[in-house]
Amino acid sequence: MRHIISILLENEAGALSRVAGLFSARGYNIESLTVAPTEDPSLSRMTIVTSGSEEVLEQITKQLNKLIDVIKVVDLSEAAHIERELMLIKVRAAGKDREEMKRMAEIFRGRIIDVTESTYVVELTGPGAKLDAFIQALDGSLILETVRTGVSGIGRGDRILKV
Amino acid sequence: MMMTGAEIVIRCLQEEKVEYVFGYPGGSVLHIYDELFKQDKVKHILVRHEQAAVHAADGLARSSHKVGVAMVTSGPGATNAVTGIATAYMDSIPLVIITGQVPTAYIGQDAFQECDTVGITRPCVKHNFLVKDVRDLAVTMKKAFHIASTGRPGPVVVDIPKDITAAKCEFDYPKTIQMRSYNTVVKGHLGQIRKAVQLLLDAKRPMIYTGGGVILSNAADPLTRLVRRLGFPVCNTLMGLGAYPAGDRQFLGMPGMHGTVEANMAMQNSDVLLAIGARFDDRVIGNPEHFSDVPRKIIHIDIDPSSISKRVKVDVPIVGSVPDVLEEMLRLLDADKAKPDATALADWWATIGGWRGKNCMRYEAKSDVIMPQYVIEKLHEITGGEAIITSDVGQHQMWAAQYYKFEKPRRWLNSGGLGTMGVGLPYAIGAAFANPDRPVACVTGEGSIQMCIQELSTAKQFRLPIKIISLNNRYLGMVRQWQEMFYGSRYSESYMDSLPDFVKLAEAYGHVGIRVDRPEDVEPALRKAFIEHKNELVFIDFRTDPKANVFPMVAAGKGLSEMILAEDL
Repeated sequence: MRHIISILLENEAGALSRVAGLFSARGYNIESLTVAPTEDPSLSRMTIVTSGSEEVLEQITKQLNKLIDVIKVVDLSEAAHIERELMLIKVRAAGKDREEMKRMAEIFRGRIIDVTESTYVVELTGPGAKLDAFIQALDGSLILETVRTGVSGIGRGDRILKV
Repeated sequence: MMMTGAEIVIRCLQEEKVEYVFGYPGGSVLHIYDELFKQDKVKHILVRHEQAAVHAADGLARSSHKVGVAMVTSGPGATNAVTGIATAYMDSIPLVIITGQVPTAYIGQDAFQECDTVGITRPCVKHNFLVKDVRDLAVTMKKAFHIASTGRPGPVVVDIPKDITAAKCEFDYPKTIQMRSYNTVVKGHLGQIRKAVQLLLDAKRPMIYTGGGVILSNAADPLTRLVRRLGFPVCNTLMGLGAYPAGDRQFLGMPGMHGTVEANMAMQNSDVLLAIGARFDDRVIGNPEHFSDVPRKIIHIDIDPSSISKRVKVDVPIVGSVPDVLEEMLRLLDADKAKPDATALADWWATIGGWRGKNCMRYEAKSDVIMPQYVIEKLHEITGGEAIITSDVGQHQMWAAQYYKFEKPRRWLNSGGLGTMGVGLPYAIGAAFANPDRPVACVTGEGSIQMCIQELSTAKQFRLPIKIISLNNRYLGMVRQWQEMFYGSRYSESYMDSLPDFVKLAEAYGHVGIRVDRPEDVEPALRKAFIEHKNELVFIDFRTDPKANVFPMVAAGKGLSEMILAEDL
């Protein structure tokens, strides 16, 4: 089962490699991993999308908590939460495709943020599934390049992950 | 007061009351070694290989409940230390390892003797640090000792670039340290402890299984009181030997791959299993599916939540410091004046008596060849069970664990988790420094001893009266045993050809060497070593039966009740 794990950790050199190293050493999956400092620059917030059985998830959580730099770990997918991912996708937009691309971007509430005679760069935000759907909806031969940030997540309402 | 980084390192060690540092100098740590030279509070023990520096610090820690300290230079110094660090990590031994690093400006440039120490050691340390500012040095050292020795202990590496050891700053060693990201639980959850006590009282076939955690947390005393209070059977794992007196009636021996019939059968057939500071290792419970075939309730006390329900699902997890939880259990039992089910317990002991009757540790003594088990029994006799025994890894390790009946904790040092050949002699060195008044014997084999043999030189330099009990069967015995049993007796590369003359070798290093070929000479040789040559290192080369195997045995992947006994073959 897919899980979204949120981690609050010390913003120290090497903290990221400790987390990534733990996943590879213990054979856990990482579907995506995003990390950046928080409003408090001494802290980083990391979101990891992983999958595994309940037992594996329990171990992942415990092992993460065991890392000295890790302050808090939450499985966001256990309760109401929001997940978002950003994608930049460069598409061929020439001739008849140009209008079609613009329309597709609008349907998915994307924004065209770079324009040349023959290409667009579309910026699209949403849950991972929405980004997948956008890629699916396009003619594959028109996609020149995609870059995705991986999922960031946050709990709904008063579920707060803070020191 | 302004100090250089090098002075700060030494001052921190002094503040931590570190008596011995095991190490090896080199370019990157020269400033630190210069400061070491200028004082006499911290004594440096020069080993002959960095691996042994870490093992010796580890041996000191295991035998004394202190944090062991090792110091090595950058590059090869650090990489040589890695086996020692990984060994300590697997057995949760508190160590601080100071590694030199190339100057900050050279890092990442493939400088001479540069390696990414923090990267290389990351998977086998509890934590590690690269100090990039001399102002962080003292607090980093404080953190290192704090992290190494609290919670589930473990090794911590502090990597210090050479320019940091020359840079100056004000020295202020913090008395205490608070880390928002590192807090260890001590007290167990009272509700869980109550639940556990009730389960124990209701048990019909209870069993107590304890591991290295009981030794590491100095919980042998409350454990012994609890076991006696309940009247339950108890076993100690390889890492836990000495936590409960081996001569006691309630002690069933060691469980696991080479455990006793009674310990393994009681583990397997128990209806309530209390696991304390143990981790259901594959060498202890065998095949986890087979183990889980029998329904039983498991209570697991451990300081490390990640050890709980890792391999076997646990019914009552209790996260906490072992002695605290055990004291709480005892308090609850006393408050309730509750007693376990006496009738059920008597039946259970009768069943256990049947398993005991198998007398699984019996071996056939021979008149023409020395049986390795006999050597260990005699070693126990002559040392009165009072020696600290270190071992290497292999058959001799199992025989030492099985036949030297450990009555007290911290008397048995071996590499249980990583299974590192070569630890025995450096462990003995560390133990000898920590316990100058206690005899120290290293039970080893002709294979293992050669993996750190150079430390005979260290032992000479510091006049350490270690007794080396080498069970020399001319084979890598455990490999040979598996090849005999599972590989059609194809002894691929397990014969030890071209062995040195160990007597001459010992003498070459300035020690006493004795060779023993006949069973009747075993005891006199041991007496000679422990009495006549009490104050010298004696290397006894026992020529033992090359065909002797370790029994009982649970083959890899098999269940605990599927033991092979000596008589089965």
